[in-house]
Amino acid sequence: MNPHFPYLTVLVLVPAGAAIVAGLVPAANRRLVQVVGGLGTLAALGIAAAVLAQFQAGQGAFQMVTVHPWISSLGVSWSLGIDGISLFLVLMTAVLFPIALAGAGARSGDKSFVAWLLVLEAGCLGSFLALDLLVFFLFFELTLVPIYFIIAGWGHERRGYAATKFFLYTLGASAFLLVGILSVVAIHAGQTHVTTFDVRALASTKLSGTTGVLLFLAFTAAFAVKAPIFPFHTWSPDAYRESPAAGAVVLAGVMAKLGTYGIVRFDLELFPHAVVVLAPLLLTLGVIGIIYGGIVAAVQRDLKRLIAYSSLAHIGFIIIGAFALTGPALSGAVLQMVNHGIYTAALFLLVAMIYRRSGSFSTRDLTGLQSKAPVLAGLFTVTMLASIGVPGLNGFVGEFLILSGTFLTHRWWAVVATAGVVVAAVYLLWAYQQVFHGRPTAALASFKEITWREGAFMAPLIAVIVFLGVYPGPVLNRITPSVDELVAHVEQVAHPTIPVPGQPTHVRVAAKVTSGGPR
Amino acid sequence: MHAAFLIPLFPLVGFLVLAAFGRRIGNPRSGWLATAMVLASFVTTVVVFVLLFERQPAARSVVETWFTWLPADRLQVTAGLLIDPLSMTMAAFVTGVSTLIHLYSIGYMEHDEQFPKFFLYLNLFVASMLLLVLASNFLETFLGWEGVGVCSYFLISFWFDRPSAASAGKKAMIYNRIGDAGFLIAMFLIFERTGSLGYHTVFARLGHVGTPSLVAIALLLFLAACGKSAQIPLYPWLADAMEGPTPVSALIHAATMVTAGVYLMCRISPILHLAPDAAHVVAIIGAATAFLGATIACGQNDIKKILAYSTISQLGYMFLAAGTGAYVAAIFLMLTHAFYKALLFLGAGSVIHAMNDDQDVKTMGALVRFMPITGVTFLVAWLSIGGVPPFSGFWSKGDVLENAWVLSPALWAVGALTAVLTAYYIGRCYMLVFRGEARWSEAGIPGDGRRHGRALHPHDPSWVMTLPLVVLAVASVVAGVINLPFHPSWVFLERWLNPVVGAQLLAHHWSIGAEWAFAAADAVFAAVGVTISVVLWRNAVNRPAVEPAFLQRAWFIDWAYDRYLARSSTELSDATATKVERDLIDGAVNGFAGLVRRAGGQLRKVQSGYVRNYALGVMAGLVIVLAYVLSRTVS
Repeated sequence: MNPHFPYLTVLVLVPAGAAIVAGLVPAANRRLVQVVGGLGTLAALGIAAAVLAQFQAGQGAFQMVTVHPWISSLGVSWSLGIDGISLFLVLMTAVLFPIALAGAGARSGDKSFVAWLLVLEAGCLGSFLALDLLVFFLFFELTLVPIYFIIAGWGHERRGYAATKFFLYTLGASAFLLVGILSVVAIHAGQTHVTTFDVRALASTKLSGTTGVLLFLAFTAAFAVKAPIFPFHTWSPDAYRESPAAGAVVLAGVMAKLGTYGIVRFDLELFPHAVVVLAPLLLTLGVIGIIYGGIVAAVQRDLKRLIAYSSLAHIGFIIIGAFALTGPALSGAVLQMVNHGIYTAALFLLVAMIYRRSGSFSTRDLTGLQSKAPVLAGLFTVTMLASIGVPGLNGFVGEFLILSGTFLTHRWWAVVATAGVVVAAVYLLWAYQQVFHGRPTAALASFKEITWREGAFMAPLIAVIVFLGVYPGPVLNRITPSVDELVAHVEQVAHPTIPVPGQPTHVRVAAKVTSGGPR
Repeated sequence: MHAAFLIPLFPLVGFLVLAAFGRRIGNPRSGWLATAMVLASFVTTVVVFVLLFERQPAARSVVETWFTWLPADRLQVTAGLLIDPLSMTMAAFVTGVSTLIHLYSIGYMEHDEQFPKFFLYLNLFVASMLLLVLASNFLETFLGWEGVGVCSYFLISFWFDRPSAASAGKKAMIYNRIGDAGFLIAMFLIFERTGSLGYHTVFARLGHVGTPSLVAIALLLFLAACGKSAQIPLYPWLADAMEGPTPVSALIHAATMVTAGVYLMCRISPILHLAPDAAHVVAIIGAATAFLGATIACGQNDIKKILAYSTISQLGYMFLAAGTGAYVAAIFLMLTHAFYKALLFLGAGSVIHAMNDDQDVKTMGALVRFMPITGVTFLVAWLSIGGVPPFSGFWSKGDVLENAWVLSPALWAVGALTAVLTAYYIGRCYMLVFRGEARWSEAGIPGDGRRHGRALHPHDPSWVMTLPLVVLAVASVVAGVINLPFHPSWVFLERWLNPVVGAQLLAHHWSIGAEWAFAAADAVFAAVGVTISVVLWRNAVNRPAVEPAFLQRAWFIDWAYDRYLARSSTELSDATATKVERDLIDGAVNGFAGLVRRAGGQLRKVQSGYVRNYALGVMAGLVIVLAYVLSRTVS
């Protein structure tokens, strides 16, 4: 493979190009639409796999960086790069989109549905890869439009309400992000007389305490809504509930990660001081999200809303991992973004299969499904256990790293968050018992077992769930160098009293904390 | 030694094969496959055991490392096995008992529609249990710990169309998760204080850890043990767990899984030794649970519930031993208990089969005439658990009690009283089931509509089910020889386990006279319990005076848990979902939106809908913050 091949640019452009092709295909030719959608998403997956193969493990810095000046007068450039923090989010995105399309059933032949989904994929990939803040912002905002139309166009009963609420809520929050970006660039320009949107350069911007905190809040407002973090989450149960299956998969699996990724990539990189100052606040919101999400999930009768609240709890874990500012916690947070994307996607797909067969998401209507569809029940069980955090499956690895790393710096937050482990078991097992145990009602007498086709797109997700639980080493080895550099960067800027000799503050420091003896 | 990886691998392969092809392999071949896998694991264990035995005592601890499971910065956790006398003793009895119960299950589950699935879970359970005991670090033990918990959940709710079974599985899982939170926090603390989770490394660094931390670690791990091993306050799930098929009760909820907590206490003996306050808590909770479980067992009529509360009580004895530093006694009791309690459960299973799934001892009677093998082996188990010399229970329970005396005669007294109760309640069970008048007829059980019309012809089951009974009965009789007290050269188990737990053993050795006095006292307790049970229950069926309501209802503790914990947490959840989530948080969001919409109503006269308003909002925000930033930058 050619190391100079612009993998990342191509990775973003392929789904975008496929979207255009899908837009040009005659709508009546549903078969062709399906082919375009399938090929477009699979081609992106292929390129993502090549990126993984090209990626050098053990390096923390950005790799495969592409920089093309775009609006030179403003210092905006098309710069993309990938590191250990974004690598597996990119891969997860590339894996989930073809699966979401396969799980969409008949809609995979709707021309505009497929086109919007491809646009969305391009937007998500671009967001994860952008090194230029303006490019990031454009991709970040770009994702709103297709998901709005997917929910509003192909959703369930209250789709209009849910789509509008989601759109306005996140758009409103994004306004703060735009203001924040422009301010950082302006301040940086004032200090260096260089106007640039490149996050690597902006990381050296010196911010006074108050300014840093305000800008941090402006950035975080957008990310907190997108993730979502308690108490900015109330759009999500509605949006997840009313989305079509593919929409819910990408919304909860991929788009939620734009928020958490934004926090890790931009908040930690640009505002280390504010991050340290406000970490207790964010940790508290994360812990509240874990407990509160679990408590509210426990009384949901609707499976999709239940997963939405369970997501709130899981995002809480990612948030505390991000703000604990230790290597294991942040590595765990990055890994957990991927884990959560995988098992939440699997849960939404399974719930969609149940809906297709029974016409209901409600635990009031569903019962005894295990006797009708034992394989479906088995897949649900594995996914549920991953979500509960049973070791040997992927959810545990992330949660354990997050909690053990958080314990080092914020002991009591970690202890309370651990209680979330108990709560997760309560609501998921209760839901499972209602839906799968017992005897099926007459209405469910003809409930069908999972088909081969459905099994085919569930299989990769289950395989990833097991693989990441048993052997996460190769993944963690690629994540940790970047995470360690980021943690060192935050530590160093936030606590300049502990200088690292010979290293200017704006260079990311490869100060790997060696494994210690007794502390 | 390198072959040790095969020990958990065999049942794991069995699980994978059955998961993929179970239905095609069918009934009974899938059962034989699963049994063969566990037997292979047992044989491998014996080989490794012998290899280990041939080494010098100081060299009997080998760590086999496979790969790094979690490499994350300073947290590095490996996957591998710790081969030492403690882990191999556990592995040997786990695989041995598992083989017998697998064999028994082929007969017991014969007509079940989900036959292959049953063995799939059973094999996964054995693999997890072996990982638990053979793990080389805390996190791996936790992996096995959760694995057995999940299998327990699957197998309790195995007959999932029964709501009671489904609820019982969930209840077991949730109680265990409460304990697991303790395990997790303990690991965080261990990692923080020692920088490692490997057993050898952690124990080598304990000198740098303060006593408060050690006490906290020990108590948190004990909380986990309380969940897994059904101790106060986390014991109520075990009685409900009897909803599972009886071989499951025998294997998981009596012989192996529930002893995991005791194993954990023995494994962390270096920590308990440095945290005596925590060890005393373990001993006191253990003694209290032993007594509580025994009293409740006296008032139960469901044969499996009697045995379940008996298990809770016996596990309490084991924690009493571990808490007093008598780890060898704990393991000794665990071994003998595995034999006689598995035997009691399998015997109960035979009875339940013979009685067309009836479990009420009050409706049975006189069964020894119809099923002599079951009856006689059950009798052996009774005498063994009752502590009648020279059955194995006499020696192991005696070992526990004399060590309890060293810490406190009060603990010994509680243990002694419990010993009387133990001999009594199993005696009551035996007399009601096997002796006296038959309270059933060949036409069925009177007043039992559910099984009406199904003729009763109780008889001993086929050889796959009686062979395990006989083997376990022999083991229950003779297992005492591995650790006889009267001469230092006879305590084989103690000398074997010494390299692992020896440094922490109480250096107390009684004189031969004292040993005889303890033994005589133990024999008297057993005799008293046995005698009372025979006298009271030889001809009677109902004796309300010794079956008061508070014992039948388990001291009303389950009821109180349900009333004050379960129900109030449901009410809290409901209130949170409506008052806080819907009214407050989402209400604020929608209220804000409504406000904007009303304001937008004014603006709409000028231009269009509300998306535009937001654009205006963006602009306004932009101007304000830019103005602020510029003012800061300029000044």
